[in-house]
Amino acid sequence: MSKAISVAGLHKSFGRTRALDGLDLAVEAGEVHGFLGPNGAGKSTTIRVLLGLLRADSGASQLLGKDPWHDAVELHRRLAYVPGDVELWPGLTGGEAIDLLSRLRGGADKRRRDELIERFGLDPTKKGRAYSKGNRQKVAIVAALASDAELLLLDEPTAGLDPLMETVFQDVILQAKEAGRTVLLSSHVLAQVEKLADRISIVRLGRTVQSGSLSEMRHLTRTTVEAETVRPAEGLGLLPGVHSVEVVAEGSGTRVRFAVDGGHLDGAVSRLASFGVRSLISHPPTLEELMLRHYGDELAAVGHGSAEGDLAAGSTR
Amino acid sequence: MSAATVTGTPAPPPTLMTPGALAGTRTLVGFNLRRDRVRLPVWILALFLGTLATADKYATLYADPEARASALATMGSPAALAMTGPGHYLDDYTFGAMTGHQMLGFSAVLIGLMNVLTVTRHTRDEEETNRAELVRSTVVGRHAHLAAALCVAVVADLALAVLLAAGLGAMDLAPAGATGSLLYGLALACAGLVFASVAAVTAQISAHTRGASGSALAVIGLAYVLRAAGDAGGDDVLSWLSPIGWVQRSYPYVDDDWWPLLLCLVSAALCAGVGFALSTRRDVGAGLRATRPGSATASGALLGPLGFALRLHRSVLAGFGAGLFLMGAMYGSILGQADDMLGSIEQMEEALSKTGGATTAESFASMIIVVLAVVASVHVVTATLRPRAEENAGRAEALLATGLSRVRWAGSHLAVALAGGTVVLLLAGLGIGVAGAASTGDSGLVLSLTGATLAYAPALWVTAGVAVVLYGWLPRAVQAAWAVPVYAFVTGYLGQLLRFPDRMNDLSPFGHVPPLPAAALDWTPLVVLTLVAAALILFGLEGFRRRDLRTR
Repeated sequence: MSKAISVAGLHKSFGRTRALDGLDLAVEAGEVHGFLGPNGAGKSTTIRVLLGLLRADSGASQLLGKDPWHDAVELHRRLAYVPGDVELWPGLTGGEAIDLLSRLRGGADKRRRDELIERFGLDPTKKGRAYSKGNRQKVAIVAALASDAELLLLDEPTAGLDPLMETVFQDVILQAKEAGRTVLLSSHVLAQVEKLADRISIVRLGRTVQSGSLSEMRHLTRTTVEAETVRPAEGLGLLPGVHSVEVVAEGSGTRVRFAVDGGHLDGAVSRLASFGVRSLISHPPTLEELMLRHYGDELAAVGHGSAEGDLAAGSTR
Repeated sequence: MSAATVTGTPAPPPTLMTPGALAGTRTLVGFNLRRDRVRLPVWILALFLGTLATADKYATLYADPEARASALATMGSPAALAMTGPGHYLDDYTFGAMTGHQMLGFSAVLIGLMNVLTVTRHTRDEEETNRAELVRSTVVGRHAHLAAALCVAVVADLALAVLLAAGLGAMDLAPAGATGSLLYGLALACAGLVFASVAAVTAQISAHTRGASGSALAVIGLAYVLRAAGDAGGDDVLSWLSPIGWVQRSYPYVDDDWWPLLLCLVSAALCAGVGFALSTRRDVGAGLRATRPGSATASGALLGPLGFALRLHRSVLAGFGAGLFLMGAMYGSILGQADDMLGSIEQMEEALSKTGGATTAESFASMIIVVLAVVASVHVVTATLRPRAEENAGRAEALLATGLSRVRWAGSHLAVALAGGTVVLLLAGLGIGVAGAASTGDSGLVLSLTGATLAYAPALWVTAGVAVVLYGWLPRAVQAAWAVPVYAFVTGYLGQLLRFPDRMNDLSPFGHVPPLPAAALDWTPLVVLTLVAAALILFGLEGFRRRDLRTR
């Protein structure tokens, strides 16, 4: 079984609220999979269904080849989970909580536990109530990564961590990936996902709107091209797939700036070459731009810019 | 209006009143009253209607002089005095005096409970959940939270006092009943205020709501047991140590003494003052004791689900165990007097012989043991509902995402509840047994009273079973499990005083336990109760296996 997680058409409602509305998700074994979407898109609900903490109303889901509801306990021995909002027992120290969680998961590597505590700069002798948000997060991260779990389910694991610890976290996740572990990483830190994730799924309103590797996604969207040409680049806007062309006279030459759909890059660049290119810069879309593409209408609704294009493949509503 | 200090100067020593220390109190009072708009009226109406219904019941129960004479005889026994109040009420046992005698002490415990829970909810609980921090960052003075909480308690207490004064006053309970009714209402309010101010102190000492309300409730328990021992033994000094003893000694409908109420008000003011003073000596969110670093690694005992559950329950378990042992010992120590005094009353002998030729000490003990068992069931319900509390706090999620199955997790808490309840019961039994043996000189009581107390274990297990069923199938309604101890208390305690029909007892698991040592041991109901408990527990766990976990 090469799929670590496969979910198809998952539905889950809480009363009238529809949290999941036919969500699909496929995570290959050994990959780091970014799980993106705004608050309330259904990411945490999906992870809790995968943990067997919630029971889906309908849809198929498999985790490491097993059913997450029926085989929950067996699966939990093979996975580790970091919630986005870690609650600790007020009377227990962080060290005790780590040991307890590790032990209940089926044991942990003592040396790795101590090393992780050291790397994250965590004081394990403090009582649960004395930890700040970031330190509570560290407790859960250490407990999860000290285990030998083959699958890591991380639900906004670094919420509240400082940038230094964020770097440590990224190193540790890359190590886990090298060790062959599978990671499902739900996150709002796009730079983190961009750096760590092999593939990405973007969810919205309980459905997956796009899934694939970052480069595949980039191919589906527009690249911004900025060039300095000898002669004014005219007529570019007439080419298929080219948008928002701006030409500015500058010194001896002219400067042109346009956006082009991934599939039409070749045509646009060859045409550009005919004007005598002096310099060329092209920006692939950032993950942020990819995300915003799917949520442009929501931003527009709150009065923040306009919806830029409707290229979002499979975008709903 | 703000309590800002001048920048650049060293921090001034803690003083009680900085300018604006009470800023925002009025807003907070309104806010607290709004948050309690259902809770407090329910408390107040339940206490009001319960008192009225009881007073009304006296009028029908004791309509003819013969019945009243027999009541007088029964109520004069130390056992009855321990459960009610001082014997001076019996000198003029009107319906009003009956109400004052039998209801005032018991209602004082309940109003104390209401006050303690209200004060800790609006002070320590706000701090523990970090809501106080948010509120205090606005224009709210450092004493505003505590002051507002106490104001809410005063409002609630006075509301009950006014209702009782009007309601009881309209009932013609005694000659000049209006004054007595007003005194009765105000006495109860004063008892409430004392316990509210006790909670104002404990809320400063403990960093946790559980600890703050627990220690204040222990004070109520101590106050009740002190007056019980004092009244039953005819030793006024002990009763004068208890605020419940004070209010009972205002003797509404008998002497109408007002000055014990003054004693209450002064001590409430002093206690509240201590609370305010202590609050300036600590940080927001912290207790008075600094937290010490703990162990960096978990000990072996902690690492199983059972060991972990035990760790979470141990302090409450220890508190209940110690409390019940003392309570049992307190009642046990007056068993000897009960034997002497009751033996001389012919009527009692006759009534008691009907229950199977038991001695008076034994029948007194069997009345007390029901009460001990009901108190132990409070622990059982708390412990059984702990998984729900863990789930609501978001701590169950991380545990259940490990190799721990739901049934094992909930089962380990349940095991602590079942075994812990039994241990607590055993301690109560040992308390009454050992002290009883010492006071009567009958060493056989150690075993027989301990055994008699343990006979209630199956009833505790059924109580746990009811809580588990609610937890598994109706998790939003788990608090309904409190109906079992409350019902058992009303039928087992008040039922004995008010002569409820027997079938009311049958609805309570405690009603099926043979009242040892007065009655003969019958194993059948105990086996049936155990089987019922097992069935309820299995059914409840099955429900938990099927439902969604509550997540945030």
